Amino acid sequence: MPVLDVKGLKKTFGKFKALDGVDFEVRKGEVFGFIGPNGAGKSTTIRVLLGLLKRDGGTATIFDQDVWSDAVAIHRKIAYVPGDVNLWPNLTGGEVIDLFASIQGDVNVKLREELIVKFDLDTSKKCRTYSKGNRQKVALVAAFASNAELFILDEPTSGLDPLMERVFQQCVEEVKAAGKSVLLSSHILSEVERLCDRVGIIRSGVIVETGTLAELRHLTRTNLYVELNSPATDIGQLPGVHELVEAGEGWKFQVDGEKLDAVMSYLSPYGIRRLESAPPTLEDLFMQHYGDVTGRAEAGDS
Amino acid sequence: MGSSMAGSARLTRFIVRRDLFRLFLWVMSISVVTLAVPLAFQELYPSQKQRDVMAETMRNPAMTAMVGPGDLENYTLGAMTTHQMLLLTAVAVALMNILLAVRFTRAEEEAGMTEMIRSLSVDRRSPLLSAVTVLLGVNAVLAFFLWIGLTSLRIEGIESFGALLYGGTLGGVGLFFGGVTVVCAQLLESARGATSLAMSVLVGSYVIQSSGNVTESVMIWLSPFGWVTSVQPFSDNNGWPIVFLIVSGLVLGSVAGILQGKRDLGSGFIHQKRGRSHASVFLKTPLALVLRLQRTGISIWAIGMLILGLSYGSILGDLESFFEGNELLANMLAGNSDRPVAEQFLPMLMLVMAFIATIPGILALHKLLGEEKKGRVDSVLGRSVSKTRLLGVYVLVAVMNGVVMNSLAAAGLWVAGRSVMAEPLTSASVFGASAVLLPAIAVMIGVSCLIVGIAPRWSSLVWLYIVYSFITLYLGSLFHVPEWAAKLSPFGWVSEWPSESINWIAEGSLLATAAVLVVIGVFGYRKRDIL
Repeated sequence: MPVLDVKGLKKTFGKFKALDGVDFEVRKGEVFGFIGPNGAGKSTTIRVLLGLLKRDGGTATIFDQDVWSDAVAIHRKIAYVPGDVNLWPNLTGGEVIDLFASIQGDVNVKLREELIVKFDLDTSKKCRTYSKGNRQKVALVAAFASNAELFILDEPTSGLDPLMERVFQQCVEEVKAAGKSVLLSSHILSEVERLCDRVGIIRSGVIVETGTLAELRHLTRTNLYVELNSPATDIGQLPGVHELVEAGEGWKFQVDGEKLDAVMSYLSPYGIRRLESAPPTLEDLFMQHYGDVTGRAEAGDS
Repeated sequence: MGSSMAGSARLTRFIVRRDLFRLFLWVMSISVVTLAVPLAFQELYPSQKQRDVMAETMRNPAMTAMVGPGDLENYTLGAMTTHQMLLLTAVAVALMNILLAVRFTRAEEEAGMTEMIRSLSVDRRSPLLSAVTVLLGVNAVLAFFLWIGLTSLRIEGIESFGALLYGGTLGGVGLFFGGVTVVCAQLLESARGATSLAMSVLVGSYVIQSSGNVTESVMIWLSPFGWVTSVQPFSDNNGWPIVFLIVSGLVLGSVAGILQGKRDLGSGFIHQKRGRSHASVFLKTPLALVLRLQRTGISIWAIGMLILGLSYGSILGDLESFFEGNELLANMLAGNSDRPVAEQFLPMLMLVMAFIATIPGILALHKLLGEEKKGRVDSVLGRSVSKTRLLGVYVLVAVMNGVVMNSLAAAGLWVAGRSVMAEPLTSASVFGASAVLLPAIAVMIGVSCLIVGIAPRWSSLVWLYIVYSFITLYLGSLFHVPEWAAKLSPFGWVSEWPSESINWIAEGSLLATAAVLVVIGVFGYRKRDIL
């Protein structure tokens, strides 16, 4: 039974279809990466999940309860960090953390103090004086100090420095080790790659790909670098070869998984002097789904 | 001087060009009000006899505390303008200078603009010097406009020399507070802090002036507003205090210059005190949060309503003579004429105060929309707080605001009335006349809740409804507005206690209506998206 289950989720604003059938689930004890560029529908999905927006279609449940009608019951067991943390300018960070704790009722005081030290947050300053990163720290401390079962984090590290990003990653790993679940929306792909068990890619309000990174990689291209003894001029014409560039003494390109065999057969008569292959990064996967616009333009040209 | 002023002429022109419209608005609105008042007085009190009646109603400590002393023995149009307007206008001019001075100095520094300016070939003190120059110019232009404007009204009792002193006093007090503020901007590290400190000086000066003038003590010389009230243009024509104002303003400006030379960019001399690292035991619930966020606003409104009540109460003693002298106002009294005038007048005063008390209630409720727009409700609703509870808390605070503000105004009126009336109004009639209006205030808050819940974009429509109510009811008796038009407003159903008996059915129905509106509003809020 998934902790969070979304099926065919739809949301329109006027005529604009922000979400057009979003499907995914977050299972117990996993970190689910929710990736997509700005405007793809990540935050809209999350705000529907929090009961702040009313869906126009589909189902969405957390802990098997409806996100709209059982919002308060659900919220007792989740922790949310918004992408844009807006706090009350005349309250201090410490006051906000404590207020959130007392609204939530169930907070680990010792952990909270540890987190404040870890994130190096000055809690006696008014929120007015905080930078974006510091406001995010306030929200993160409040979230990770709670005894939530599910963490919903919407681009939580966009304002943090690399040191703090590492602290954040440790926090996520700790809650995961404790058997809790995390929905991590992000466009920092290296972070997602490091933390997430499964990934969902959203584009224009639709999930275009879900699965473990290994599964996604299987479907996609491998990065190759080859140096040949005699020049092969037609590499670019082979089916399944993409993004060909000349690099140093050889060529760099990507190959679709199912065409790899054909490409290697084509290349070996030329005498392979050197061959390096790398699994596609999440960024490659991501660009493959979003590079479509340029892809289509190229197709139109030829 | 040379290099110590480098770039300041250029910066001065830059400030003027950037803020020309803002400066124009300030100077124009203060000038227009100042010139309109003597014209209105001329209309309202054309004969000396009528003005003497007015002078009598002014002869009480509450009025002296509020507007300072005046030449009540020889209450010409000029003396009247000085008495009733000069001090209050001086407060407005002081406010203008505080806001402008902070804007030109600390606000720029805080926003990082000064850093870029200072990286150019500009002296450390130049931004300050140009700020002071602009303030000097604005106050001089204001004084000049007032002098020329008042003189050209050609009203009897408003002669050119008096007009010069009138303008000079306002310009002088403006420069004084400009000086105070640039010093505050040196001392504190934030624009907000500097504004608050300068505002406290303003409020403190006003209070010293009030008690000094009421007790006729030398204390008034401790306050710039005391200096303002001792000029008395159009009667005593005592110009010396203006010189004090201008000289002190310039001295304060120089002090700011010295301080500026001694400090780092972005720093101050008084460090902002550190806030609490933990929430106090009170800050635990959404209700506590809302009260905490609104406490400054609530306190200011509370003081304002009390002062409003006190000032209305202070005129009750001279009401009889006042109404005999003014047919226009006498027509506004509807009740039966064998009751004392004060008692007949009471429902109308209470109505005005109830309208004003509605405003902070509605504002408190509208804060929820502000929170929504700034994305801060997500943090509350994302935790275990339901939408019903959140809106409920705001409605509760709004209703409390309405009740407290309305009652404070009534309390002020009652206290001041007791001290000036030979036969004071009973507390039952004062607080009764105030309390009968509470259900109508509740309906207004209900309407506002309905709009906030269902169509937040139209939230300001409620103001239109309040203005409509005010026009039909307050001015209705003058313009013979039909009965049904007044009944479209909740205030139209309230009986005029104590001259009429209380209509309990109407009061009950108003409360029920308010409750239904709130319920529909909450229902709508639960159904709608949080933007």
